[in-house]
Amino acid sequence: MRTRRDFLKVSAGGLLLAGGIRGADLAVAADSLGPATLPSGTLQSGQLAALPGKVALIKKSFRPPNFETPVRFFNEAFTPNDAFFVRYHLADIPQVSPQRWKLAVTGDALDRPFEVTYEELSRDFEQVEVAAVCQCSGNRRGFSQPHVPGVQWGHGAIGNAKWRGVRLRDLLAKADVRKDALEIVFDGADRGVLDKTPDFVKSVPAWKAMDENTLVALEMNGEKLPHWNGFPARLVVPGWTATYWMKHLTSIAATAKPYQGFWMNPAYRIPKGKFPLVDRFVSQETEVNTPITEMVVNSLVTNLEEGQKFAFGQEITVAGVAWDGGFGIATVEASEDGGRNWRAAQLASDLGRFSWRQWSHRFTPGRTGSHSLMAKAINRAGATQTFDLIFNPSGYHNNVVQRINFEIT
Amino acid sequence: MRTIIALLLIAAAPALADESQFRLRDGPGRQLVEANCVMCHSLDYIPMNSPILDRKGWEGSINKMIKVMGAPIAEADAHKIVDYLAGQYGK
Repeated sequence: MRTRRDFLKVSAGGLLLAGGIRGADLAVAADSLGPATLPSGTLQSGQLAALPGKVALIKKSFRPPNFETPVRFFNEAFTPNDAFFVRYHLADIPQVSPQRWKLAVTGDALDRPFEVTYEELSRDFEQVEVAAVCQCSGNRRGFSQPHVPGVQWGHGAIGNAKWRGVRLRDLLAKADVRKDALEIVFDGADRGVLDKTPDFVKSVPAWKAMDENTLVALEMNGEKLPHWNGFPARLVVPGWTATYWMKHLTSIAATAKPYQGFWMNPAYRIPKGKFPLVDRFVSQETEVNTPITEMVVNSLVTNLEEGQKFAFGQEITVAGVAWDGGFGIATVEASEDGGRNWRAAQLASDLGRFSWRQWSHRFTPGRTGSHSLMAKAINRAGATQTFDLIFNPSGYHNNVVQRINFEIT
Repeated sequence: MRTIIALLLIAAAPALADESQFRLRDGPGRQLVEANCVMCHSLDYIPMNSPILDRKGWEGSINKMIKVMGAPIAEADAHKIVDYLAGQYGK
């Protein structure tokens, strides 16, 4: 449902591209495509553009479609479906008919394979809901130093939503999954244009599949999933990065052996021992690397722009969001003096440990001139963000504390 | 009045995603790049990833497309494609 307010938001983006752009507008247009620290080619080739059913988002690539959400949408607790980011590896993306669609629950490590229709899935199983952040593994890759190849995401390959559907473990239980199941393997309807291109197939360890929060979701924020976010059903793996959240789900297979496929290895790997993570995917680990698992603790300022000006004496309210891999956020601290002093920000209501937590911080700078604001989150396990990038070849897990400069005049 | 509203709606509609408007920089090998790369992905992948890769980096990228993704690119063409990418979109 498009509200008038949404329409106005879109209009602003659309008009900038409608031709006859004046100099002052150009600066706005360039800034709206992301911070200047992204690669110059990313900013030059980016644009605000709308996929069918979506508002104008920041286009990274047309086909397969990779579109990120402008940061201003993150001022809401839940990201609107029509502004939620879009990420695909492969360009053959069918429009799935819910009448013809079937989901297979199968594999060598379960005893009673079955198929389920859309109607059966929404009618015959308990429907549950979880609020969870969906973040692309490569969110913020574009800020890696040195830059690394891949989709050059800024801050917006992320969103927070209420996901509703069936517990994966209920489906596996109905299929009599066996104790020797090591991994659960997922495939979706999208595939490569060429037969030779490795199909996008992912697995998770059986223990994560059996977690009560791992869902086969049919709804997002109270509506059917948008096509571009996985209609008719997608996997939701709260806490873990979105590479596992298979869209247009067609099969769920229990296996007693580690799944071998390009998108599990060598893709989506992080060096071992570099990140303060808890969840392990032991059956996929090698001597040197491991699949990416849960998200690192992170935060984002959502209402302050680089170089923004305020009048002396004016009270400033900085707002943002903070999230982690499922412990939940304990504290967000803000610094108005470039990191010398830190004060606790105000946390908004707790929407669940997999949701992000909104926060705000009010202050009145005591002098004119240049200032810089920083914010960092700490989760309930005591983990926090880093000040120096932990470089890795794929640009994953960038949780460097932001520094936003502003002026008091 | 109705016409005015209709015109306003057209003007205010967001730009629909349309890859056909995108053009690579002109240079030797551009048509070869277009002919070989566009079957699997839009060409904006190239400038998006620039300037990030040097010649060796682009070589690795084209090798991955051939060996992993199955792109049917002839060896002689692959060299010319790398020349174009390194020359126009190289670090």
